[in-house]
Amino acid sequence: MEFVDTVINILNSTIRVSVPLLLACLAGLYSERSGVFDIGLEGKMLAGAFAGAAAAAVFQSAWIGLGIGMLISVMLSLVHGFASITHRGNQIVSGVAINFIAAGSTIILGQAWFNQGGRTPSLPPEARFGSIELPGADALRDVPVIGQLYSGLLSGHSLLAYVAFLAVPFTWWVLFRTRFGLRLRAVGENPAAVDTAGISVAWLRYRAVICTGVLTGVAGCYMALSQNAGFVKDMTAGRGYIALAALIFAKWKPVPAMFACLLFGFLDALSIRLQGTPLPLIGRVPVQLMQALPYILTVILLAGFIGKAIPPRAGGVPYVKER
Amino acid sequence: MAQAAIELIGINKSFGTVQANRDINLVIERGTIRGIVGENGAGKSTLMSILYGFYQADSGDIKVDGKPVSIKTPNDAIALGIGMVHQHFMLVQNFTVIENVILGAESEALLNKSIAKARSELERLEREYGLEVDPDAVIEELPVGLQQRVEILKALYRGAEILILDEPTGVLTPAEADHLFRILEQLKQQGKTIVLITHKLREIMAITDTVSVMRQGTIVATRETAKTTVEELAELMVGRRVLLQVDKGEPRPAEVKLSVKDLTVKDSRGVTMVDNVSFDVRAGEIVGIAGVAGNGQSELIEAISGIRRAVSGNVMLDGKPIDVTGVCDPGELRERGLAHVPEDRHHVGLVLAFEENENSILGYHDQPKYLKGPFLDIDAIRNDAREKIEKFDIRPGDCRLRTANFSGGNQQKIVLAREMEQNPEVLVVGQPTRGVDVGAIEFIHKQLIAMRDRGKAVLLISVELDEIRSLSDRILVMFDGRIVGERGPEATEGELGLLMAGVEQQEAAE
Repeated sequence: MEFVDTVINILNSTIRVSVPLLLACLAGLYSERSGVFDIGLEGKMLAGAFAGAAAAAVFQSAWIGLGIGMLISVMLSLVHGFASITHRGNQIVSGVAINFIAAGSTIILGQAWFNQGGRTPSLPPEARFGSIELPGADALRDVPVIGQLYSGLLSGHSLLAYVAFLAVPFTWWVLFRTRFGLRLRAVGENPAAVDTAGISVAWLRYRAVICTGVLTGVAGCYMALSQNAGFVKDMTAGRGYIALAALIFAKWKPVPAMFACLLFGFLDALSIRLQGTPLPLIGRVPVQLMQALPYILTVILLAGFIGKAIPPRAGGVPYVKER
Repeated sequence: MAQAAIELIGINKSFGTVQANRDINLVIERGTIRGIVGENGAGKSTLMSILYGFYQADSGDIKVDGKPVSIKTPNDAIALGIGMVHQHFMLVQNFTVIENVILGAESEALLNKSIAKARSELERLEREYGLEVDPDAVIEELPVGLQQRVEILKALYRGAEILILDEPTGVLTPAEADHLFRILEQLKQQGKTIVLITHKLREIMAITDTVSVMRQGTIVATRETAKTTVEELAELMVGRRVLLQVDKGEPRPAEVKLSVKDLTVKDSRGVTMVDNVSFDVRAGEIVGIAGVAGNGQSELIEAISGIRRAVSGNVMLDGKPIDVTGVCDPGELRERGLAHVPEDRHHVGLVLAFEENENSILGYHDQPKYLKGPFLDIDAIRNDAREKIEKFDIRPGDCRLRTANFSGGNQQKIVLAREMEQNPEVLVVGQPTRGVDVGAIEFIHKQLIAMRDRGKAVLLISVELDEIRSLSDRILVMFDGRIVGERGPEATEGELGLLMAGVEQQEAAE
């Protein structure tokens, strides 16, 4: 019985940890499928988290916080679009610049506005996205396994977590079942084909990076308004990069992206759980090693276990009409 | 006279200081096939891009079906019934045929409905024009000939009445090209108007009704195809008389310079591309290897020149072995007298960002004559480059110019000058005239013959059958990695074409 509880506990925190990864990963998917590489997921998430937390603190409303968080994140992604689509700049440089801007400005603005060492004020429950109990969760709590899974694992997450997982089939549907998706995939593979078919390459790519901005905004707000009660300096802690790794791992496909994020989330949850617990045979493992585990596994997985990940063919290359 | 489908009146277009089109007047009649010929850079593609809305003319008017129109984007052109098949296909490689066909012309926001509608339309087009292709096949798995068919289907699906084809046969085998011509003929019967841009005069003669010749941005002549000759067209294109067939004397083959025995080469995917190939090249002869692109010729010369490692086999240069299965340094081979003009000058032959003089010694830069102690002797290099520019008539004659700014033909001359001026014993040359103008082709051919006459061994690989036939003293035909036949220079095109398609071999197997 205790074992089942432990497993459910770990799986539950897997989901919680995976949500921001998943949102950021899907965000990157839209942009990169359109041929715009985005290493600035991290920065946009961070800016979204800060803007969301700040607005939620000022207006005492989670929804206003979410709206502002998405808005700021979209604005940053438009900056990336302006540099890399309109001005055909280097997409990596532009993405890194956005990461730096976000890392620096969130702390400075946070300190200037709230005077709490770069933090935003702690948010009351009504300014956060609290957990939602699914119907019947309480009643089923004592049913062995199935009931436990339902109430302990599926129920009790924030609205944004459910949004994140619903975004997976939605993204798949958009990508493979709509005109917009067909064009989005085409422009990432061969923008010249899209151009000669009479569709604007720039406008398509801008729409893609706007999708990216919306999703990174939600990712940031999940961290600041659900997982935590406010913004803390550098709270995304590299999740944007891990999301990027998951995207490559998933070969730029939505459903595999979800599983990749869950895997990374699971490793993260496991490392937290195992801290300080002696392992059979090995004994006590240093905390630092446990914390490094997800990253080590990321490197191993990316290096050898996924086969060749072929990125969208036009990825990273600004479109120039040839003479 | 039939009604005009397209009228271009006084079209001018400049890119910076270069005037690509100068006061172009052109009338194309409905239901005819019009050829437009000209050397590279004569302005053919620019003119057609203006018609397709890719560029805007600086001045001039366009009339379609007698009505003045303004074509600002490809969308405008498509709406007017103008379709274009680009030289480099505008297809998404990992999409299916039907996805490529509907891209940009989807009837609905949801794909399922659009695809269902397109499917029945495609079936109709297939029936009407004999354009069979599996709508669910993925593009990258189709041969180029079929990919081109998809491009034509794309245009017809959008309701094209006027079809522009830009260098359509560049990537096709002779058989595929013939098939394309039959399709074009059929489209013409159905009343479509076709504009064919090419620099291959043979296909102009084979398929067009009228032909317009462009030179330096202007149309210099329009002729009825039946009343002109290849010689006349070539002269109009270049502006002077051109020898299409190079004169050459009898070969005087001497000792074996390059000997290839049982050579087997695999590509990066592990597929056997060269299968147990053996042949000799003697001093004083040109051996040509004919074949449809992708039948192992590229891998063969890469292995001989030390770029690709062979699986097994022996290659002897001047009686001494080359370690083709081990580590074989192209630089060492150069020192031993084997020069290599690669097939792909942009990726292998030149560094486009370098100045011309730097490229003209690349690979030979550690020879003492280019060095002053440990440093490069810049003056010596530039003087050397100027000599080559003079001798090979490379234009513009500026050795400090970035190589990317030279035209394709002149870039090719830079590579040829570099390799030939080292006076190698063996010259391995791949596609010497790919993308090169008629005038420069004549020059390059003469240089290759001159090398042969100086008693050097030349191994020539080309997908241009005409080139192989006019230069080679012996012709080897490669099919599916093997040498399937050897013929003399008198072999007919049909005979070689059958060998290239592997026909004789299949018959023998039956």
